[in-house]
Amino acid sequence: MTARQTETLTINVGPQHPATHGVLRVLLDLEGEVIVGCRPVIGYLHTGFEKTMEHRTYHQNIVFPARIEYLATFIEECAYVLAVEKLLDVAPPPRAQVARVILMELSRIASHLVWLGTSVLELNVTSGFFYCFQAREPILDLFEMVSGQRMMHGYIRIGGLAWDLPEGFVPRVRQVMEALPRQLDDLEAMLTDNLIWRRRTEGVGVLSAADALRFGCTGPLLRGSGVGYDVRKAFPYSGYEQYAFDVPVGTAGDAFDRYRLRMEEMRQARRIVLQALDRLPSGPWIVDDRKVALPPRPELVRSMEAVIHQFKLVSEGLHPPPGEVYHAVESPRGEKGYYLVSDGSNRPVRVRVRSASFNNLQALPVMLQGHTMADVVVVIATVDPVLGDVDR
Amino acid sequence: MDAGALAARVQAHLGGGQLERVEFRGEVTVIVPADRVLDALEAVRTAPGGPWMLTDLTAVDRHPAEPRFEVVYLLTGLQPPVRLRLKARLPGARPVIASATGLWPGANWLEREVYDLFGIRFEGHPNLTRILLPDDWEGHPLRKDYPLTEEPVQFIGHVPKVPSAIIPTSPPRR
Amino acid sequence: MAVTAIEPAEVREVERRVLTTTVEKMVAWARSGSIWPAQFGLACCAIEMMASAGARFDIARFGSELFRASPRQADLLIVSGRVSQKMAPVLRHIYDQMLEPKWVIAMGDCASCGGVFNNYALVQGVDKIVPVDVYVAGCPPRPEALLYGVLQLREKIAAGGGRR
Repeated sequence: MTARQTETLTINVGPQHPATHGVLRVLLDLEGEVIVGCRPVIGYLHTGFEKTMEHRTYHQNIVFPARIEYLATFIEECAYVLAVEKLLDVAPPPRAQVARVILMELSRIASHLVWLGTSVLELNVTSGFFYCFQAREPILDLFEMVSGQRMMHGYIRIGGLAWDLPEGFVPRVRQVMEALPRQLDDLEAMLTDNLIWRRRTEGVGVLSAADALRFGCTGPLLRGSGVGYDVRKAFPYSGYEQYAFDVPVGTAGDAFDRYRLRMEEMRQARRIVLQALDRLPSGPWIVDDRKVALPPRPELVRSMEAVIHQFKLVSEGLHPPPGEVYHAVESPRGEKGYYLVSDGSNRPVRVRVRSASFNNLQALPVMLQGHTMADVVVVIATVDPVLGDVDR
Repeated sequence: MDAGALAARVQAHLGGGQLERVEFRGEVTVIVPADRVLDALEAVRTAPGGPWMLTDLTAVDRHPAEPRFEVVYLLTGLQPPVRLRLKARLPGARPVIASATGLWPGANWLEREVYDLFGIRFEGHPNLTRILLPDDWEGHPLRKDYPLTEEPVQFIGHVPKVPSAIIPTSPPRR
Repeated sequence: MAVTAIEPAEVREVERRVLTTTVEKMVAWARSGSIWPAQFGLACCAIEMMASAGARFDIARFGSELFRASPRQADLLIVSGRVSQKMAPVLRHIYDQMLEPKWVIAMGDCASCGGVFNNYALVQGVDKIVPVDVYVAGCPPRPEALLYGVLQLREKIAAGGGRR
């Protein structure tokens, strides 16, 4: 009897692929169905954000962050604006802080719903896709109510918000949060005890805590493996230390654990939103510092100084002191940070986006080792990459 | 261990000589010599208060100042949460620095990105190739002497014709 | 039996009850009624494209029941998102793999003209690579805007006889 000959087959997955969560290309080395090697190739969405942001003023740059991580748009905008505010040493007024927390947590819920919708669609639970996107629509309506745009808002400004929250916003948010637990319960009822879902996600994509830390993974990837690092608790910003919320931590580090974790994160996000709604003070929505924020329009009629400030801010932009800062927020994927280097001029010298998905995706080969071809989709889904964030 | 104590630990590990330290907005940055950067990183990695994560590895181009490049390492400790920034300065002519992949495998893609966008080589990196740009791309876009390559927009009756020149650079105030 | 002249009223009656057309128009009507897009979601616009396939906006009621994963089974390429220099050959490859007749919608500002990103990394408008039939502006365009673009394309197909 002759010895069995095997050969390694290299298969290309993507960049145009229905299940890679964006333009991700993965080269898989297969022996039969078993994956023996995996090389992700990225860069298909490289947009040159960092270089472009060096050629715009700090205010003009507010447009860009939402397009980097396009699923959690408010979180990304806040990440950039908080970094600029740290550089300027300017604190937004309390109303703006609380409003930002509400919008960021709503963004987190919306992002996790897209994650769940696309993940289940890839495993052929098509109805789950429709449920998730339908659950997300009221949240996008809230975003539209506040900023005029469903995505890519441009609402968070340096020093606060672009304009005040509209009337009727708070009751609408309460209404949406009222409906959310039932929708999440329905999704969990569909998936958590579902034999097929469990078989496909339990034990798949296991990432040990040591590996996660070595690769710089953060977010659900790190927390699923048992390390409870959440930027909102570790380095609080925007008043997060005042809210009572739990950070779910997994044990097994597999796809099922991360699914449970993200579902719980949505519930905790709702908890934060409800606390923030109760806490929302009245008052100004942007800081009073005329070197940072435009003066209110009625003042332009009365004060020459206001006109000069307006002119300077619009035609030149603000000038932060020379120095560098790093500010991180907790995005649905992990630690999202902005490293700004300023030389005192109206444009940043360097804007570095510390991307959560970039580091998370590095762990993909480790998570896929020894799995079969069918698990590729599950593992990429559980990493939850946003390719705009990976490639910038 | 707080950031100040960490900086002192790095200093001690590097032979005790005075290292330039910057504290700004509550953040501590230590500037280490480029040839001792692995020792400095190891000093932080083995410090108490771990586990220590390499949160970010990036570079800044200070053209036309020399030394031109700064390689920036951002380290985060989890117990208690603390951050430290290490910087190493490199000349513009042949920027080479040791690779941190031996300490953190997560530095792999980060260093490839720095190589791709800045042209800084990392010695000891297992696979230093381009990661974000096509493999046959020429040039390193995030360098200051690489143009943004804007297409002129056909604004009617308005000069300048490129978006980045609409609000020009204005020098630092005061 | 004598053949009597056809009364105008009878002609009108026939026209009212019987649909007459040419084969071309039939084919154009059929093609416009069942345009299946290829899944080519690139960036942010892809999320709005997915939302337009969702239950609220429902592109399926306009005939786009399925987003085909394989371009060989698709009629329409909705380029939703920014096309980087690295992705451009892939886009052209996917477009070439589609079978005639095929149409292209450039969804969003980045696909139409480069959008907010006027720099080294992006192709300033996918019409530099593939011929575009409908441009849908927006950053990102609302799902209704995309649906309007699809409706415009349907009219274009129905008017043009279904051939490119």
